[in-house]
Amino acid sequence: MAVNPFQHADSASRVSGPPSGGDYLADSIFRIIALSCAALIVVLILYILWEIGGLALPAMAQHGLSFVSGTTWNVGTQEFGVLPEIWGTLYSSFLALILGGTFGVGIAIFLTQDFIHARLAAVFRTIVELLAAIPSVVYGLWGIYVVIPMLRPVADWLHSELGFIPIFGTELSGPGMAPAALVLAIMILPTVAAITVDAFRRIPYKVKEAAYGMGTTRWEAILKVMLPTASSGILAALVLGFGRALGETMALAMLIGNSNQINLSLFAPANTLASLLASSFPEAGQIEVQALMYAAVVLLLITLIVNIVGLGIQQYTVRKFEGKA
Amino acid sequence: MSATAEAMAQAISPRAAAFSPIGDAVIDCQLQKVFYGDFLAVRNSHVPIEKGKITGFIGPSGCGKSTVLRSLNRMNDLIPSFRFEGHVKYHGQDVYGKTVDPVVVRRYIGMVFQQPNPFSMSIYDNVAFGLRLNRYKGDVEERVQKALERAALWKEVKDKLNKSGLSLSGGQQQRLCIARAIATEPDVLLMDEPCSALDPIATRQVEQLMLELKERYTVALVTHNMQQATRVADTTAFFGVDISQGGRTGYLVEMGETRQIFEDPQEELTKQYVSGEFS
Repeated sequence: MAVNPFQHADSASRVSGPPSGGDYLADSIFRIIALSCAALIVVLILYILWEIGGLALPAMAQHGLSFVSGTTWNVGTQEFGVLPEIWGTLYSSFLALILGGTFGVGIAIFLTQDFIHARLAAVFRTIVELLAAIPSVVYGLWGIYVVIPMLRPVADWLHSELGFIPIFGTELSGPGMAPAALVLAIMILPTVAAITVDAFRRIPYKVKEAAYGMGTTRWEAILKVMLPTASSGILAALVLGFGRALGETMALAMLIGNSNQINLSLFAPANTLASLLASSFPEAGQIEVQALMYAAVVLLLITLIVNIVGLGIQQYTVRKFEGKA
Repeated sequence: MSATAEAMAQAISPRAAAFSPIGDAVIDCQLQKVFYGDFLAVRNSHVPIEKGKITGFIGPSGCGKSTVLRSLNRMNDLIPSFRFEGHVKYHGQDVYGKTVDPVVVRRYIGMVFQQPNPFSMSIYDNVAFGLRLNRYKGDVEERVQKALERAALWKEVKDKLNKSGLSLSGGQQQRLCIARAIATEPDVLLMDEPCSALDPIATRQVEQLMLELKERYTVALVTHNMQQATRVADTTAFFGVDISQGGRTGYLVEMGETRQIFEDPQEELTKQYVSGEFS
């Protein structure tokens, strides 16, 4: 218990007094609990990295960097390379980010910039967030039975008319990059939209007043003032959405076609790291499990790098636009 | 002034003669009723804004002085429940006319707000904002510098024009907002308690600035600080609150030359207010 240097003031005030020993004890206990919760997360991440890294170690030692640059995955010949999966992961996530990001930000603008009544906006927002509650496997089934058949006439037309453009270079045979990216875009939409809505909501009313006070039209206010003001929050939304897309497994395993090839075409089947892991594990032998663990480490690294770079960009915009150190 | 307006002004303040400025009134606000939803916020006030002068609006809180100021450039249109009855003649045209786009009004009648509200972009972009908005074809850089000089901010920021406007101190931010507002050389500048968030030194600077601004622009200034009105305003409009009808409705009690309002008020209410009996 701390010393009370003001004891002589006791005669003056009968109500004020120092905190009791119990108060100080409760303080320390609370601090320890909070600290250990935070530490637990760090320990957990390190432990997961350690375990997976340990399991992947034999494969890492054997294949080295050729694992990252190799293009075949053949258990029979023990050739393991994940370049097509890295490509597929980044390509599908990138496409999903462009689609989902555009729509997500658009929805957020629509919901926050006085286009509809606030109560209706709340209903809309709940509906958009409900998209996040649909299980991944349901998205996969919907993709197979609805998206792919719907996409087919469009894809056929694009391929026959604009087939000279590489992104329309192949026919849609069924599962492939386009349906996977489309479904992935819908899956990251609620994340992007919800966080962007919050970013717009955080803009103080006085900023809107300033914009209209300068004589902006509504679109000028949104594009030239509100968007730059919300930019750091929107970037955070896009980074989180991209991160989600990188790791998404089930729906992609069902939709992307699980084919080890690098193709710019939107209609060609491809593969991603997460879907490779999901579809290969059940029947993998010991050697392949080690290779898959290596693939898991690669995926973890990609996610980590994307998040760090994203955070860096976000910090940069905060400094640049908001002047905070 | 038209006969009906005169009669109306007489009806509100039977003793004090309605104020007519000596010079040209660039804005002639003939306000009958202003509502927020069902709430009658301001009634019967005739407020002419004289060209090249500073017109100060004073009065106790809730007297509608800000509402009247914001009605002049249709800023209140941002509030969905706002309703204006009467007219605001600006160069002879009613800004509340059916065919008038409020966006156009605000491009000629600029505004500085109570809280400094620079955009989250660089100092330069903040000042250049209005110029770009109006697709200004001339030398933007020169105009930005001139506006910052007039706002007495140039010396402090000339080496960090690329820094965010939000990195400045409160007083600097407010002068930045003034620079942003005057960069496009608006005809009239409305200032809604521009010093209430500032310390005395920054307040002094902004007041000095207002006195310089009136040589080029017409200024209307809302202030809760009577001393500020005596220091800078040429004309002062005193608003009061009428609680007799159960609500709190503001109205113009008396308007006149600042010295007359403070030294020889015609209305009892004005006398009580300027002598500090209530605030």
